[in-house]
Amino acid sequence: MSAIERYVFPASMAGNPAMAVGTASGSDGGKAERFKALALPHLDDIYTLARYLLRNASDADDAVQECYLRAFRHFDTFRGGPIKPWLLAILRNVCRASHVGGSRLVYMADTGDDLQAMPIWREDTETPEQTVLRRQESQTMNRLIGELPAEFREVIALREINDLSYHDIATVIEAPIGTVMSRLARARKMLRDAWIAAEGEGESR
Amino acid sequence: MNCEEAGILLHALIDDELDAGNARDVETHIASCPGCAAQLRDFRELRKTMTSASLRHTAPASLRAKIESAIPTPRSAKTNRRFVIKGFAAGAALSALAASGVFVMVMRTDDEQRILGEVVSAHLRSLQPQHLTDVQSSDQHTVKPWFNGRLDVAPPVIDLTALGFTLLGGRLDYVGAKPVAAIVYRRRVHVINLFCTPTPDSISRGAKMQSLHGFNVRSWAQNGLNLWAVSDIGADELTEFGEKFEAALRQ
Repeated sequence: MSAIERYVFPASMAGNPAMAVGTASGSDGGKAERFKALALPHLDDIYTLARYLLRNASDADDAVQECYLRAFRHFDTFRGGPIKPWLLAILRNVCRASHVGGSRLVYMADTGDDLQAMPIWREDTETPEQTVLRRQESQTMNRLIGELPAEFREVIALREINDLSYHDIATVIEAPIGTVMSRLARARKMLRDAWIAAEGEGESR
Repeated sequence: MNCEEAGILLHALIDDELDAGNARDVETHIASCPGCAAQLRDFRELRKTMTSASLRHTAPASLRAKIESAIPTPRSAKTNRRFVIKGFAAGAALSALAASGVFVMVMRTDDEQRILGEVVSAHLRSLQPQHLTDVQSSDQHTVKPWFNGRLDVAPPVIDLTALGFTLLGGRLDYVGAKPVAAIVYRRRVHVINLFCTPTPDSISRGAKMQSLHGFNVRSWAQNGLNLWAVSDIGADELTEFGEKFEAALRQ
């Protein structure tokens, strides 16, 4: 069992997440349908945040799965409105639990190999050189975000990648909007400096 | 306002999170402070790099499948069939007419399920590299003529960019082994495929929202056309897309 499984899954459900959900039938089936229709479209968003918070694919996989199971169990407490911030908040708690409880979560560099090298549509024609350059830029940026301290990494991911408003970020990280703003300002400064340094090393250009 | 305050608020300016009054205050400070103006430029540039670099990950299909199976849903179509068989077995007093009626209904449900599966598969196929569009243009007057001679129907290609759905192009696809027009839109980073075939009759059918493997499908019939909009965006946004398309088609 990996470190994250130990801390994310209570012993009773470890190894068999399906058990925790029970078998849906009758009105539960309607609940499951509703939950899936609302929550599954955000899977890539949730997974992306997990990758940035945990920095490796297999832990992210476990955390996202646990997030969806937990969200489904507590679906009755969802008060309507946009579901994405609610799901992201659950995911964040799952990820934090894995850090707090886990004495050490082995750091593995996230190579970002599976980043969407580019959108599957092209806004305008791009030469192969530009495509390569953009791919390198994406990987460099992915690495630099990964190197930020956790509290800065999460605001950058929530703002720049998950595209959340300040209000929603505040909800997800359970902090006042003022904190969101100052943290985001510092995070962007760190990222800008790191980016300029990386450019100096000729990594990205 | 001093530089320290402006240093934080300029981010809210970039992110469009300031009300008019505060935005004006920050802009006034920046206009008179070269240092903060340079910061603003830097951070705008950084933001641009982050938007064009694609930093999103795609959840592996295996993860989607694991979640799907951990949250089971009963299959309504199966229940229907079982009900019919039971009905016959019990020798229930069904007239031949009613029986055949039920049978047709069940067939239709199955047919619908099959088509639902096929449009979702076609949507997934389209997301593979180089599969999204045959004709790539945000100009409806380029996309529409491209279908000429390729199909026995002139698909409605409507530019909804102003309404928040960008036209990306068109593609010839197959559903039920028949060629269909696929018109491709995007909403932020999400692709919407709109599949379109002629109906045998010109009956209009109200919209129906279904979901399969985490994709939403909104189907309806209008102006002698069967339409299926498929995407991973939420049901609310796909409904918005469908309603805007319907309204534009009525005009």
